[in-house]
Amino acid sequence: MNINDVILKTVSKAVVLIILTFGIYLFLSGHNQPGGGFIGGLVIASAFVLMFLSYDSETVSEALPIDFKKLSALGVLLAMLSGVAPMFFGGAFLSQSFGYFDLPIFGKTELATVTVFEAGIALTVVGVVVNIILSISEDE
Amino acid sequence: MMNNILVIPMLLPIIVGVLLIFLRTYGRLQAWVSIASMAVTTGISFYLLYKIQTDGILRLDFGGWEPPFGILFVADSFAVLLVLTSSIVTTICLSYALISTSKELQTMYFYPTVLFLAAGVNGSFLTGDLFNLFVCFEVMLLSSYVLLTLGNSKRQLREAIKYVSINIVSSWFFLVALAYLYGSIGTLNMAHVAERVAESGQTPLLTTISIVFLVVFSLKAGLLLYFWLPGSYSSPPIVTSALFGALLTKVGIYALFRMFSLIFHHQPEITHTIIGIMAALTLIGGSLGAIAFNDIRTIAAYNVVIAVGFILVGLAIATPAAMEGAIYYLIHDMVAKALLFLLVGTMITLSGTSKMAGMSGLMKNYPLLGWSFFITMLSLAGIPPLSGFIGKVLISAAAIDSGSYGLLALALLSSIFVLYSLLRIFKNCFWGETIVSKEEQPPLRKGVLWPCLALVLLTIGIGLGTEGMAPYVTDAAETLLNPEIYIDAVLGKIQ
Repeated sequence: MNINDVILKTVSKAVVLIILTFGIYLFLSGHNQPGGGFIGGLVIASAFVLMFLSYDSETVSEALPIDFKKLSALGVLLAMLSGVAPMFFGGAFLSQSFGYFDLPIFGKTELATVTVFEAGIALTVVGVVVNIILSISEDE
Repeated sequence: MMNNILVIPMLLPIIVGVLLIFLRTYGRLQAWVSIASMAVTTGISFYLLYKIQTDGILRLDFGGWEPPFGILFVADSFAVLLVLTSSIVTTICLSYALISTSKELQTMYFYPTVLFLAAGVNGSFLTGDLFNLFVCFEVMLLSSYVLLTLGNSKRQLREAIKYVSINIVSSWFFLVALAYLYGSIGTLNMAHVAERVAESGQTPLLTTISIVFLVVFSLKAGLLLYFWLPGSYSSPPIVTSALFGALLTKVGIYALFRMFSLIFHHQPEITHTIIGIMAALTLIGGSLGAIAFNDIRTIAAYNVVIAVGFILVGLAIATPAAMEGAIYYLIHDMVAKALLFLLVGTMITLSGTSKMAGMSGLMKNYPLLGWSFFITMLSLAGIPPLSGFIGKVLISAAAIDSGSYGLLALALLSSIFVLYSLLRIFKNCFWGETIVSKEEQPPLRKGVLWPCLALVLLTIGIGLGTEGMAPYVTDAAETLLNPEIYIDAVLGKIQ
């Protein structure tokens, strides 16, 4: 594409950062507030898609050397393994647990194993969405 | 005691499949790993089947959420028998793929997709929740879309478009039916639904909803609504056809059996009559299709349709003998259809054409292939020592006992059509003058017949070992006909 879209490129530089922050916030607030891995993943994916739209795919692929097919596979694997893990501690498949920990900066924080599962979902969603967009945009 | 082992038949193929995505370029390694994982799944299914006989129906509540609040897997003999058979058939089909498929296909995520298909199939058999059934169906269907389009031929693309649109429509109907059911009953846990339907005595509204489910599963099973089936089952690479013919329609049949024996069994004069009529029409349509075509893969695909009709005759009659017969026949048909497609595929590879006119006298150069086909033919027609016999006998006997002579006549006539359609292939392709001399015939790829021979042995083994299978099948039929057993096993703890 040879159109000189300075405005789009400049705006998306800032907007991508905002979208990514929002996506990660949605992902982290997931398990007891509106949000979660799926929605967070979609938002993060939309940031990537915006980058692919405003720059060409070679530039973005150079900056982000990620194979999105493998990223989604990694996500599924992570989600599955987080379900398998409790089976070794006498729990049922997909059992989740949580606990409160005193962390240096955050103070008393709730950490839940469901976040690992959600992270898997998020990676899968990002991988799949970006992959779909890239396959559609490719032409022979 | 947790029954975590229950989830392995679905979990193991998924995890292995995902790992194989990272090993994309290693075709043969992928094949061996996937064969090994399906073999392990088979072993676990054996263990589960054995365990059910001693401990009764097993269930696993995901994440420890007790039914009816959580999603769960329930394993009764019926489900596990099918999981076992499908795992064995998948293992054998994968070993055929190892020998026969091209390098291109192997590196295009063929093996991971087959494993995801197996996971979806096993999950559909094991799940105890209707929405989860929908999800497992989707896992299976998405994999089947991929498998159908892998292979790069124009015909495949055309058939895939039909197949995908039909299945998207039927999945939408499935969702609508689930919404109706949830709206009127307020639960989607199968046992809980069954209990509440029984309490209300299956009101006309619920019967109507059951008809929507009937349409959905008929589309998936190819019961009467099989118009999409012959085309899409005869276009992809042969291993894919074998897997489709052996597994996909069977999941629809399983869902029909579960739905109309566990949940909607209070108005048999409406629902089971409709199923009977649909089965009869399927038998007629399938029989006509099987003798009308000259393409041997299309003939094989129509044989799938006939079997669907035949098994559903068992559900329409719904006596213990009919149920047992249907289960025997279901197991037999998974093995025999995989075998039929693999043999037909081997014939096509050898002769380079799928038209009957282009083949002749294969018997002279490939006697083993010919006799394997002969045994398959006898098995599908229901000749005594082979696996198709016991199912046909039980269903026919049940039809006589319940006075369904129309269904009996059609079921037996369809067997003759099966025999005729396959005999036609046998006569035209194996007998007759050998067109090409031994030197010019393409050599049979080494080992390509082993998977077929394994299936031949299996169909003989099931036929001879019927006695050994009997307790499991009887238990499966008993659970199907006495839904309380299933409901108690799932909801027992709460009450």
